[in-house]
Amino acid sequence: MTARTHPFQRKANLASFQERVVFWSLRAFTYIILLFGVCIFSIIIIKGAPTVFDSFRVTGSFPFISNDFLFTKPQTLHVFKYKGEIKQMAADDYYAFVGQTPAPPPAEIPTTPPAPAPDANAAPSGVAPVAPVAPAPPAIPVPILTTTGINPDDITEHETYSYAAGGIWPQIVGTVLLVIGSMTVALILGIFSAVYLSEYSKQGPFISAIRLAIVNLAGVPSIVFGLFGFGIFVLAFGWNVSLMAGWFTLAFMILPVIITASEESLRAVPQGFRQGSLALGATKWQTIWQNVLPYALPGILTSSVLGIARVAGETAPILFTAAYATSDKLPWEITITPDRLSSGALGYLEYPFLWIHDFVFHGVNALPYHIYVVSSKIPQNEYTERVQYGTAFVFLGVVMTIALASILLRTRLRNRLKW
Amino acid sequence: MSTSPTTIMDETTPTAQSVEVVMNPASPALDKSSRFNAPTIIDIDNVDFYYGQSKALHGINFPIKEKLVTAFIGPSGCGKSTLLRCLNRMNDLVDGTRIGAGSIKISGVDIYDPSVDVIELRKRVGMVFQKSNPFPKSIYENIVYGLRLQGINQKARLDETVERSLRGAALWDEVRDRLHTSALGLSGGQQQRLCIARAIAVEPEIILMDEPCSALDPIATVKVEELIHQLKQNYTIVIVTHNMQQAGRCSDITAFFYMGRLIEIDTTEKIFTNPSQRQTEDYISGRFG
Repeated sequence: MTARTHPFQRKANLASFQERVVFWSLRAFTYIILLFGVCIFSIIIIKGAPTVFDSFRVTGSFPFISNDFLFTKPQTLHVFKYKGEIKQMAADDYYAFVGQTPAPPPAEIPTTPPAPAPDANAAPSGVAPVAPVAPAPPAIPVPILTTTGINPDDITEHETYSYAAGGIWPQIVGTVLLVIGSMTVALILGIFSAVYLSEYSKQGPFISAIRLAIVNLAGVPSIVFGLFGFGIFVLAFGWNVSLMAGWFTLAFMILPVIITASEESLRAVPQGFRQGSLALGATKWQTIWQNVLPYALPGILTSSVLGIARVAGETAPILFTAAYATSDKLPWEITITPDRLSSGALGYLEYPFLWIHDFVFHGVNALPYHIYVVSSKIPQNEYTERVQYGTAFVFLGVVMTIALASILLRTRLRNRLKW
Repeated sequence: MSTSPTTIMDETTPTAQSVEVVMNPASPALDKSSRFNAPTIIDIDNVDFYYGQSKALHGINFPIKEKLVTAFIGPSGCGKSTLLRCLNRMNDLVDGTRIGAGSIKISGVDIYDPSVDVIELRKRVGMVFQKSNPFPKSIYENIVYGLRLQGINQKARLDETVERSLRGAALWDEVRDRLHTSALGLSGGQQQRLCIARAIAVEPEIILMDEPCSALDPIATVKVEELIHQLKQNYTIVIVTHNMQQAGRCSDITAFFYMGRLIEIDTTEKIFTNPSQRQTEDYISGRFG
């Protein structure tokens, strides 16, 4: 032991031991969390990415590449044995493969001629008895082939798995529509009320109470917002299960975050901008609209990125308000029959309104709800896993894309309005 | 010419050019409308001002004369900025502030009367702030901001105003080639002169300046002070300053405040050479404040 002694000699004591324990525990906790995160993401990527990347196929027309998982609707998977060979087919392919069974020929009245009555008396005439007409053979059924020449009897062990084939295009569309619409509603409502709270209202106990109530709304479970939306928008307002109801329900769910963040951003705009503008004879609204809100916007958008992830990810609020497990039409696949337009020359002017009406009052599919359905509402098997992880992978991608877009927008705004 | 603080001068009497102020608030008998021989533009009449429950101004009572530079001096918290901000009702922006008693009249109109449109008031009474606050827009857009608010968008008119205002603020030669670049690229002194240009673009009659040079270096300060000299040809200027040399250099009349009270108001020359109040003298000579 080197007995170097100087006044600053390092000694093993309780404090230094404690210091090391604290350092290593903090470090361990952090890295464990990181590990879990990495695990979750790698499972999703490892299991989900092949679903997406294996689905690319070359097409004959313009983009020359398409993806069956991203751009088609979900289908039921048919698994069956055909002549001893196991086949998996999506519903469309299956029905194309099987073709249609021809309609059975019209049932005829059995016209078998009555067998000639055996002439019992004629028998011993020495003439070899005419071989009796063979009674109709015990009907070996002639296989009725389908239009594609398949004998349905060759298909055995036929099983179907819902949602396990096809893609998730309607879910992607629905999620994007829900996010865009609800963020728009939430930003408009949120910014206006934040402007009122921080710029117009007289600060006092009442406004503080309102603010507290708004902040506390952030702690309300999302299923409660779902029920609220169901009660108000779906039932009371009669919007049914629709995009509109989903937009407003999701918007109310993230309003607390948006309002709080908007107030924060408004406060961050220097008072000098307001005073300078007011001193030039601007009204309060002119000041806010021209000289405060533009500079608060980047900050508001930053916080709404969090809102985007939440809106895109929540299942409970849309459960009763916007989401269908399946729907055969995308929101814009609208047919407006002429009888809905009023008669007269100007009736066609109603067309755009009806179109918008049908669009916003149309229920949608959504990615998180789809994950929920394929993971827990239908029997689990090896065929559903592909869709579960594939959907989760695409979902991550969609959320990241939307978030990235709003970050880019924010950066552009910030560069333009720097101070 | 009287040197006595109690001498009353009749406004109507044509007297020697320079202002002969003589006023001592300790002498209530004074007819304040006749203290200066320039016409009164702002008449501050026994104003009490409150922030919530606390009284910030106690019975302030003096006139501000047209086309002169009036400086408010005094230690921090003496109420000089508060009084300045009463003159264009910028204090309205602070919750819980009120004028408890008295009135402020500009050209004879009580500006706290309910019938007064504060927007119109602020167009007539411009303000320049302690911290230069150009908007994060181009130099050009900063100047025309006030005009655009009034719905004036004709390019010829805006161009003309920009040039006039920038010339008026002695900034034209420095920025004429970069009118459409960001105002934030200007130096601190240029930014402050831009704010002055922005204020005069809407053609006010009165310009309030709240410590306009406190964030500027000496050279920029000199330029702003020269500008104040030019501006008083056309505008009435009220300036709050911490810098007594500045008050001495660029004001005609100086008011000394202490603890929310007007202690003394007189010609700048007299305040700085021969103040009548002991407190004023102590402050001027640097014994406190």
